[in-house]
Amino acid sequence: MNSLHMLIFIPFVFAMAIPLLYKLFHPKIHLGWFVLLIPLVIFLHLLRYIPLVAKGDHLTTSLAWLPSMEMNLDFYLDGLALLFGLLISGIGVLVIIYSIFYLSKHREELHKFYMYLMMFMGAMLGLVFSDNIFILYGFWELTSISSFLLIAFWYERKSSRDGAMKSLLITVFGGLCMFAGMIMLTLITDTYSIREMILNVEFVQAHKLFIPVIICILLGAFTKSAQFPFSIWLPGAMEAPTPVSAYLHSATMVKAGIYLVARFTPVFGGSSVWFWLVSGIGIITLLYGSITAVRQTDLKALLAYSTISQLGLIMSLLGIGSFTFYFGPSEHGVTYSMAIFAAIFHLFNHSMFKGSLFMVVGIIDHETGTRDIRRLGGLMQLMPVSFTVALIGGFSMAGLPPFNGFLSKEMFFKAVNDVRVAEIFHLETLGMLFPLLAWIASIFTFVYSMILVFKTFSGKYRQEKLNRDVHEAPFGMLIPSVILAFFVVVIFLFPNVFSKYLLKPAFVAILPMFTIDKVDIKISAWHGWNTELLMTIGVVIMGSLLFITVKRWVPLLKQYPQWLTLNNLFEKSLEKVERYSLTLTNRYMTGSIRHYFIYIFSFFVIVLAGSLLLLHGIQFDVSEDNVISIYDVGLVLGVMIAALTVLFTSNRMTAIVALSVVGYLVTMFFVIFRAPDLALTQMVVETVTTVLFLLCFYHLPKLQKKIGRIKFKLTNLIVSVATGLTITILALSSNSHKLFEPISYFFENAYELAGAKNIVNAILVDFRGFDTMLEISVLCIAGLGVYTLARFRMKGSDQNEAE
Amino acid sequence: MTFEIIMIVSLCFLTLSILANIYRVVKGPSSADRIQALDAIGINLIASIAVFSVLLHTHAFFDLILLIGILSFVGTVAFSRFTERGMVIKQKDEG
Repeated sequence: MNSLHMLIFIPFVFAMAIPLLYKLFHPKIHLGWFVLLIPLVIFLHLLRYIPLVAKGDHLTTSLAWLPSMEMNLDFYLDGLALLFGLLISGIGVLVIIYSIFYLSKHREELHKFYMYLMMFMGAMLGLVFSDNIFILYGFWELTSISSFLLIAFWYERKSSRDGAMKSLLITVFGGLCMFAGMIMLTLITDTYSIREMILNVEFVQAHKLFIPVIICILLGAFTKSAQFPFSIWLPGAMEAPTPVSAYLHSATMVKAGIYLVARFTPVFGGSSVWFWLVSGIGIITLLYGSITAVRQTDLKALLAYSTISQLGLIMSLLGIGSFTFYFGPSEHGVTYSMAIFAAIFHLFNHSMFKGSLFMVVGIIDHETGTRDIRRLGGLMQLMPVSFTVALIGGFSMAGLPPFNGFLSKEMFFKAVNDVRVAEIFHLETLGMLFPLLAWIASIFTFVYSMILVFKTFSGKYRQEKLNRDVHEAPFGMLIPSVILAFFVVVIFLFPNVFSKYLLKPAFVAILPMFTIDKVDIKISAWHGWNTELLMTIGVVIMGSLLFITVKRWVPLLKQYPQWLTLNNLFEKSLEKVERYSLTLTNRYMTGSIRHYFIYIFSFFVIVLAGSLLLLHGIQFDVSEDNVISIYDVGLVLGVMIAALTVLFTSNRMTAIVALSVVGYLVTMFFVIFRAPDLALTQMVVETVTTVLFLLCFYHLPKLQKKIGRIKFKLTNLIVSVATGLTITILALSSNSHKLFEPISYFFENAYELAGAKNIVNAILVDFRGFDTMLEISVLCIAGLGVYTLARFRMKGSDQNEAE
Repeated sequence: MTFEIIMIVSLCFLTLSILANIYRVVKGPSSADRIQALDAIGINLIASIAVFSVLLHTHAFFDLILLIGILSFVGTVAFSRFTERGMVIKQKDEG
């Protein structure tokens, strides 16, 4: 247990203390003030590792959990994990400050909120620091669960519950696929440690399970990071309180998939499947998200789709960066490694500006009571600080200078332009698509960023549509968003400082072929008149044109049929699946015991007869059989006639008499086969059973006494004949397959061993006495059961029977 | 040897008479015929078992002979009560 373990478990431990604090201090002090300490401590503590990581070092630590299964809490801190750790804890601090002012301490169940949030924070930290692949999976599912709880925080709203359920279904589906992929990966590499897997890359790439592993792991990453077509849960998750949206659904949880892809790039990178899946899906998501975002009228939905699109951007960059593993640390490789750097950089930038934008939207919602763009406008004078923050965040998202989004967007353009010259994986022809799609998506990104900033803050102020006096948000709510906006600008001004201490170590962590002092990356705001800058200028011009004419063409987008949206498809298919499974279940679970018997017997026949046939088990050997005397034949004939009478008679009395005949004749068989004890018992039981039958008949309802003979049904005939035949063949075959000597010689010594001349009795009470004891208890239970059934009648039991 | 053949022949005849009784069980127009036939089967069984015991030189089945004698009586009585009164065991209050 060292400080790194402490860091990850502090949130969980504190989550347990929250109810106590709530009891002690509610409603005097807002619970958030206590909670604030935790991410602050973690953040400050993680800052201490920066010098270590900047040198290219890493930290490992292990805590035994299940040592015999090699399942230990192995944590590993390198550049990538530290970058994520700082984002999680840093934005965590800001989000908690924001939530203190956003959530009312009188109206909301704050203890639940902060417990879920702490659980999430601990899970997320554990996820990024885990080296053991299954510990990572554990934390991964914990983030899904805590996200589910947070989305449905206002559980009395239907939309919250729906959103939470949708996100849980999709992310857990992905998580389970990922789990399968991880199991396959551990089978291939024979280790649970991610670092050791990276050392065993050649086994993985040559293995026949390579492609299934990639698909399974990527399903996990794509569902978590809301990639196309699994993106639908993210807009639904906007029903969560805004601090949650800002924290989980822009800065941290949705980046878990990105983290996973980045973490496993050294294992899978360099193969064409990985590139096409990661980059291809990424770029489709980018385009899909940016176009859909323009259509939205709800600010949070707009931000959700923008998050989807930006995550697609990062994902496609990670795919392009995986070329580095194809080319190695050559000149080409270095070129493509810049895509990885761009991905990390944009990931870092996105957390900043998206966090601030969510907070601004939350402020607008909090102050005006609506998030609908059509009702908002002209808030610039009323909310100057929020406007500034939104402007900074929006312009950064659009990729404009002087904000950090500009830098990473330029690097993104450079990376997609480089794809064309790769000339591998069929990119000679298809490579052209990458810059084109990226450019179109960037134009739409520009348009929705402008919509976000100007439709809400400029234009006419419409008091009549808002039902309260609008004024600037309280200081505490503005602080966190201002801090984030401040960073957006600072990163633009001093990118290389962040690069040296945070981004380069993360870069080296993803690309282990580079060492930290050899990497020469300089981010410069001005990089000459090159293609990327021209593309950005093109984006601004086209975007401005589109934004001015937005009213003319957005209705065209809304023409897109509602029933063909992914969301609708998901919901319809869910509905269909439920309906079909209900129909299917109703079809075979008829409630009729006859049907169930048919299933049971058919299954029995299929399994037994099938295995007899397949294993060539049918074999008749009559050499050891006894001689059959003429009276044996007569008795068998008698049993058969009596049994058939039971089947064909129309009279109950006849059936029962015939059944007695069968019983009597069976007694005779026992005699012929020299079993006097069995014959005695059989006779007694037969008589008692007959008397019991007669007792039952007396109680039969009058109405049904007129039942005639059993109706003929072909299915029943086939099933019964098949069952009988199977049993007969099985009995005859097994009689012909005597594999071992019988053990009856042992019981023949009954007199010496047990002092009994009757070996049947000796077996029953001496050699195998346990069976007898338990059979006695069976009789006891049956007797007690009958007694209670007859004696204790619950009230209303008669009505139940009538139903 | 001759004795054994006689015994087996008598067993065969007993079996035949059981079969004849079964014919009555299947056919017998009324319930009473059937019950009567069942009772007769019991008696035939007793005879068969006795012959069989002689054949095997054993007295292990003598208990069974007694038991069948009792139980086939009990069974017949139960059936008769059922056909006569519609029930086997009289309930206290129903007199």
